[in-house]
Amino acid sequence: MSIKHLLGLEHLPVETITKILDTAGPMKQIISRDLKKVPTLRGKAVATVFYEPSTRTRLSFELAAKYLSADTVGLATASSSVVKGETLIDTARTVAAMGVDVIVLRHPMSGAAELMTRYTDAYVVNAGDGMHEHPTQALLDMFTILESKNRISGLKVAILGDILHSRVARSNIWGLTKLGAEVHVAGPPTMLPAGLEQLGVRVYDRPEAALEGADVVMALRLQLERQRQGLIPSLREYARLYGLNAERLALTKDDAVVLHPGPMNRGVEITAEVADGSRSLITDQVTNGVAVRMACLYLMTVGDASREDID
Amino acid sequence: MHLVEKAQILDEKGMARALTRIAHEIIERNHGTDNLVLIGIRRRGVPIAVRLAERIQKIEGTAVPVGFLDITLYRDDLTKLDYHPVLYKTQVDFSVTDKIVVLVDDVLYTGRTTRAAMDAIMDLGRPKVIQMAVMVDRGHRELPIRADYVGKNVPTSTKEVVSVEINEIDGRDRILILERIGPDE
Repeated sequence: MSIKHLLGLEHLPVETITKILDTAGPMKQIISRDLKKVPTLRGKAVATVFYEPSTRTRLSFELAAKYLSADTVGLATASSSVVKGETLIDTARTVAAMGVDVIVLRHPMSGAAELMTRYTDAYVVNAGDGMHEHPTQALLDMFTILESKNRISGLKVAILGDILHSRVARSNIWGLTKLGAEVHVAGPPTMLPAGLEQLGVRVYDRPEAALEGADVVMALRLQLERQRQGLIPSLREYARLYGLNAERLALTKDDAVVLHPGPMNRGVEITAEVADGSRSLITDQVTNGVAVRMACLYLMTVGDASREDID
Repeated sequence: MHLVEKAQILDEKGMARALTRIAHEIIERNHGTDNLVLIGIRRRGVPIAVRLAERIQKIEGTAVPVGFLDITLYRDDLTKLDYHPVLYKTQVDFSVTDKIVVLVDDVLYTGRTTRAAMDAIMDLGRPKVIQMAVMVDRGHRELPIRADYVGKNVPTSTKEVVSVEINEIDGRDRILILERIGPDE
């Protein structure tokens, strides 16, 4: 079993998800060593092509590649030929023509990564495409949950916030339900897509109902422009009705843990008290992000004699 | 292609005797157990390293640290594989710097695993010396590498497979020579 492209968790088989999570454990050991490098991907090149701003995802992929001895280049689209009107497809061809083995793509349009796979021989990792998927974020979230709880099956996971626009939520819903978790989501009705129940989750418009007895709470980032779009009356009201605070956290199990994909709006979707509290695994998520991305790059570029496409 | 059993090289008792001898040789060569550590190469080097440590403790009365090493990420054939080797955790909870490191594996063949293991160890620290203990040395080296301690030297052909079975993994102790029959895959 081999992964070619990593586009999302919707069509990724359970065995592949499990394999990535199993591989991330040994990878994490490398990050904690004095000498943080193994020669595994020597001679491979990884390009990060980001059409949207990002701190952690981009740094995380670049460090993951470097810790595995791959060469990395980053394309910041604001200072590239993209501003001269070069299309995504031409950019993909150009990057691949320079011998790049893996392209890590972030793009504001859903399906951009999938489109790119049709025009390049390079392997493509979706690092977030529009409102579609952000698979490595969900994988690192699942790895963080596994580290803390030793299982995913049977856990109650509450996801709070703007589900409609969240590719993080979508990838997590696919991944967590495949591994047997019970996923509960809650958010303002304007931010809950219609038909969400069909993904196998329970939907609430009040966070309290979703939080009751939860093992894991995931607070989503509220994109601040959503207020301008009229989806919420005010940030203050959002914080009051949907923000994760100590009072709401008390509804969860005593050993429940808190996740946030970052970057946080402190005081909006999560209070500083909860974000910095003893139940928060937000810093672990960042470390685990590097380990999980190392696992993905390794599984994509090694053992590829019998490759199958996965989208 | 399938494998056919050709001969048994060692039974349970033979393996036990060989391990006891190797334990004595390690102590003798290193004048005791000062700064001595054993590192088993996953998978079958692991139980062998544990057994060697038990024997050394019985003889000298001192516990020798034992670590386990996964060398997958250091292999030189990763891009040629058509499968993903399972990645296990490396468990070396002590510093290897200035230590006498005895690498332990089941079979020494091309020497490529040993090369990978030495690189992996060097990334963890700077040992004073690295030695190598194996249950079977079957020849056909492709690198200038040799073992310091050998359970049994077994001349083989490249068509043959040496199978070391260890109770902890395989349910019994014995060493077999198998032969590949039929066309290659």
